[in-house]
Amino acid sequence: MNLSQQVIQYILSGLTTGSIYSLIGLGFAIIFNSTGIINFAQGEFVMLGGMLTFFFITVVKLPLLVAILFAILISTLVGVTFERLAIRPLRKATPLNLVIITIGASILIRGLAMMIWGKDTHSLPMFSGNDPIFVSGATILPQHLWILGITLLVIIINKLYFYHSISGKAMRACSYNRSAASLVGIDVKRMVFFSFAISSAMGSVAGIIAAPLTMTSYDVGIMLGLKGFCAAIIGGMSSGMGTVLGGILLGVLESLGAGLISSGYKDAIAFIILLLILFIRPQGIFRKAETERV
Amino acid sequence: MMNVLVFVGINTILAVALNLLLGYAGQISLGHAAFFGLGAYISGVLTVTYGLNSWISMFIAATATGILAFILGFPILKLKGHYLAMATLGFGIIVYIVFNETVALTGGPSGLSGIPNLGIASLTFDSDIKNYYLVWLFALISIFLSLNLADSRIGRALRAIHDSEVAARGMGVNVRLLKVQIFALSALLSAVAGSLYAHTMTFISPASFGFNFSVELVTMVIIGGLGSIYGSFLGAALLTLLPEILRAFQDYDIIVYGLLLILMTMFMPGGLVRGVPGILLSLRPARKQGREY
Repeated sequence: MNLSQQVIQYILSGLTTGSIYSLIGLGFAIIFNSTGIINFAQGEFVMLGGMLTFFFITVVKLPLLVAILFAILISTLVGVTFERLAIRPLRKATPLNLVIITIGASILIRGLAMMIWGKDTHSLPMFSGNDPIFVSGATILPQHLWILGITLLVIIINKLYFYHSISGKAMRACSYNRSAASLVGIDVKRMVFFSFAISSAMGSVAGIIAAPLTMTSYDVGIMLGLKGFCAAIIGGMSSGMGTVLGGILLGVLESLGAGLISSGYKDAIAFIILLLILFIRPQGIFRKAETERV
Repeated sequence: MMNVLVFVGINTILAVALNLLLGYAGQISLGHAAFFGLGAYISGVLTVTYGLNSWISMFIAATATGILAFILGFPILKLKGHYLAMATLGFGIIVYIVFNETVALTGGPSGLSGIPNLGIASLTFDSDIKNYYLVWLFALISIFLSLNLADSRIGRALRAIHDSEVAARGMGVNVRLLKVQIFALSALLSAVAGSLYAHTMTFISPASFGFNFSVELVTMVIIGGLGSIYGSFLGAALLTLLPEILRAFQDYDIIVYGLLLILMTMFMPGGLVRGVPGILLSLRPARKQGREY
């Protein structure tokens, strides 16, 4: 394989990991925009998605599609339960305390997953076979296409929801100014509830579509969550295209760096890119500078 | 048990150091385990590979880490809020990966062993009890230093930055330099704790300096009470002793740990130093009605 073919290969696999990061990052951004909280438990929903699908397929013996639907449903239930029990009673807490609570929740969810499913790594079957497809010298698996397609679909639904539905518009209003939103009659509490539901559902979808390629275990949520957070930060914490582009940029650069420089430093490369971006443009690449209000 | 108390001492130094940054200056760091790790690894590598004296290695480790933090502080502390959290987190992970990947230097994931103990003349700190006194001497010094610093002009300037950077600048505080200086001091103290850790445990591996430990440090400071030096001690003691106590729960310990973290933050948002007296007060029958605490 010559260099240009290798590069195409790396870009293709970078696009798929990037899409996963985008989905996770969107979850971060949606919760951040409606509540101002960095939800460190976001990665655990990704883990839940993969692990629950595995559980429903192998233990309950459900067909793949049904298993996936159940997995998304249960992860979403976990997300909204967390919001009800720990976030809603504390709406006046400081952001730092809320961050600690999400960290506590992530430890708790991870611990429960470890107790129920053990420490083993599991793999999910590919959605439709594993015969590679050849595209101009590079090979991709059908699963890569599934990942790209589903991500695209989720992003389109996301866009339609936020720009063409009443509750989506209300959520955007909350992200601009929560007190102003509540003055015009928007139920902010309900929007926070929605944001947790959407984010946990999105996180679990990311976990499910990635699991056939990357395997899944009780602790995959940590690194994936952090990468998603990276994507959201690069995108300037927007719940739209900024984060999607941020995730894809991160995925592609990381994959190129891992392939051409060193695979041991793969994760380090992602964070070095992040630091460089933050040093040059502290507000993310896709957002105008903000002035501080005093 | 003595072994655990040594850890409480080391974690106290770390929590106090982080509290200067987080509690006083209001700047979050999710990568402080990296400074702790740099201290431990510089000390370890210098003594094991280059045969340097332990005290000299400790001094070099602290100075080098402090200088690195000072240089890094200028671009990093320009960031605010969650961007700062992410940048420090990223730095922490990069350092962690470097510890793992530079196998020739650090021994990689399997760690670095045979680090010599510290010693003065014929006295070698080679038992838990000796290390206990050694570590706590350092812990008390750092508590004393931090208390003095917090009460000084610098401490007041830091609290001003915490409340409003613009207002602090308006009052003539060199916000940018002061933030970087306190970041460097905090990193330096963490590196000292790292050296102590390396020389008391005589074995280090990257696993002790990962993202989880950075988060645990932040948790210690917040559970203890932001902006309270004694609180940091309480937080460090609680979070270090808790896993030992939770051993009784065996596999469930991590679940109980997560649950306690959530409950304590929910019911004692000001940390132990403010929460415990608050709960005690609320248990007493209210005599002075209409007066708010």
